[in-house]
Amino acid sequence: MDRFLAASQLTALADDLAQTGPVLAPIAEGGSVVFRWYRPGMRIELSRMASTSPKAATFPQTEPLLAVRREGEAKTPTVEATLPPRSRTVVLGCRPCGARGKEIFGPVFLGGVHDPYFARRREDALFMAVVCTRPETTCFCTSVGGGPADTVGVDVLLIPVEGGFVARSVTAAGEKVLAHALFAEAGARSAEADAVIAKANAAMPPQDDFRTAPEKLLARFDDKDFWERQSAKCISCGACTYMCPTCYCFNITDDDLGLESRRIRTWDNCMSYLFTLEGSGHNPRPTKAHRLKNRVSHKFSYYPTIHSGTIACCGCGRCIKHCPVGVDIRAIVRAAQEYGG
Amino acid sequence: MVEALKTAIAERLADLEMVIGWEMGFDALHATPLFIREEGDLHRLTLGPLAVHNLATYLPGLKGKKVGVVVKGCDSRSVIQLANEGLIKREDITVFGLCCDGVISHRKLREALPADLGFVEQATWHSDRLQAVVAGHAVEVRLQDILADKCISCRYPNALAADVLVGAARTPAPQPVPCQDAFDALPQAEKLAFWEATMARCIRCYACRNACPLCVCRDHCIATTRDPLWLGQENSPAENFMFQMIHVLHLAGRCTECGECERSCPVDIPLLLLRRSMNRVTEELFDYQAGTTPGQTPPLLTFQVEEARINERGW
Repeated sequence: MDRFLAASQLTALADDLAQTGPVLAPIAEGGSVVFRWYRPGMRIELSRMASTSPKAATFPQTEPLLAVRREGEAKTPTVEATLPPRSRTVVLGCRPCGARGKEIFGPVFLGGVHDPYFARRREDALFMAVVCTRPETTCFCTSVGGGPADTVGVDVLLIPVEGGFVARSVTAAGEKVLAHALFAEAGARSAEADAVIAKANAAMPPQDDFRTAPEKLLARFDDKDFWERQSAKCISCGACTYMCPTCYCFNITDDDLGLESRRIRTWDNCMSYLFTLEGSGHNPRPTKAHRLKNRVSHKFSYYPTIHSGTIACCGCGRCIKHCPVGVDIRAIVRAAQEYGG
Repeated sequence: MVEALKTAIAERLADLEMVIGWEMGFDALHATPLFIREEGDLHRLTLGPLAVHNLATYLPGLKGKKVGVVVKGCDSRSVIQLANEGLIKREDITVFGLCCDGVISHRKLREALPADLGFVEQATWHSDRLQAVVAGHAVEVRLQDILADKCISCRYPNALAADVLVGAARTPAPQPVPCQDAFDALPQAEKLAFWEATMARCIRCYACRNACPLCVCRDHCIATTRDPLWLGQENSPAENFMFQMIHVLHLAGRCTECGECERSCPVDIPLLLLRRSMNRVTEELFDYQAGTTPGQTPPLLTFQVEEARINERGW
């Protein structure tokens, strides 16, 4: 179903949606654009891709897992699972790559192991994604299965047209949102929206062919020299990981507060030394070369090998654009693919 | 200047495992560090206003190796400071120093352009002007309008203690940084409110820490250690600000104000506001500027029974 939302009504829509549940939207703040829990008065910024990803809607940076309370020293503590409250969460104004990112979590969090926290958030989240009309220099969604108007993981596609957006429902939940009074008849704008999508697709740069990446990266597994060269400029921080819509690794720690304690799950970062430091003191990934090898190979080799060829990357390019030293994951995968050939 | 530098590097490359410089990166507005291992890599070397990175950051990780590094004036202070603290061996390092006209702030450039940096189609420098096509619009930006703040206040445009100095010496003309004066003038409560709001944006990715040439603990940083537990892993403004305060204080008398922390922040947190304040205090108390004098002992690595500028018993 197609409806029309005037650009001037975007704020009103956010205000209204925020009355019935949390809304996560890209907000301009201190020169940056970051996803924030929307409150009336905030300015939604759609002209450039947010630095952070909308991952927090389904996988917050801090997720309380358990609450522990002890009434007294001698008493047995009570332990309570702290599942997120049930409430529809709308992600308003992410890009299609951001909506696609969370789909990578599926086989891991909803497959053999069922993660109730992620499951609930995923079920309650509704993604309204804006079609990208122009690619950035770091965009490569079409090389990993996505596209500027991709609908994977999207409930409503917002297609920029003259004066606003054609809102096109992808799922039943999305269609329900379009019943809102702020949406008008799309009429002839539907055809305009189709033309915008066709033009957006045509504007994408030539695709990389990553089909040989899984085996070619694996072939470099023991090649220390290759990974030392590829990781030479990496400073082993976590900007790439924490900006990434598909990175799902986490840490679990206890925050002790006297007689109360919380067990929290927080984003972890495979570029950190502590990520694989074992209790014995042994670290199987002691250098940044080991760690970058894992980061790249996990996304382009290990994951696709066990999950039907799906690359664990949505091509948003945040890891390239926001890397303090310009490490380019595309170039690393290409280097492995072209190695020796 | 770049040709003279290439010649100088080529002459010494045989004795070095690598020389670290810059090359063009993923688009026309970004350079990226280049690790030169053989003469064939030299043609990729580039200099200029996009060479923003402080390459001295890599040196502690390469300790024990014979390495060359290309440095701007500000970066050269990191080399001196690292050597003064025994974190690198100065004799292992060959310093290729530049006389620098300043580098850009990508943040300011983004504000000067009609669309985001990511939409750049082409960009070329004509001495101190950048001509670019961004999202279909042709624009021209003057370097002086997008200079990094550290270049506005720069006192050392010419690399210090360089083994090879390339280019003609520039005359420093330091100016106050406007945003710092404005921030310093705020009442304490407003400063705190600013940081509480801003630190809510921090994602604790530690780019600021890892890009810092003097932040050498990295793999053993107290921000992530569990025992002792200094910081919770929760991402909250209080924990985030606590980390930043620890970061700043660990750099007291060590920070050279190279600005890598602020430049690296993916969510544009103005971390130099904290650094400049601290450095002003260090300079007032100890008459000391980190990384300007080889062989000097940093003030917090020594003590004097009576500090000349600290009035302890005078009240």
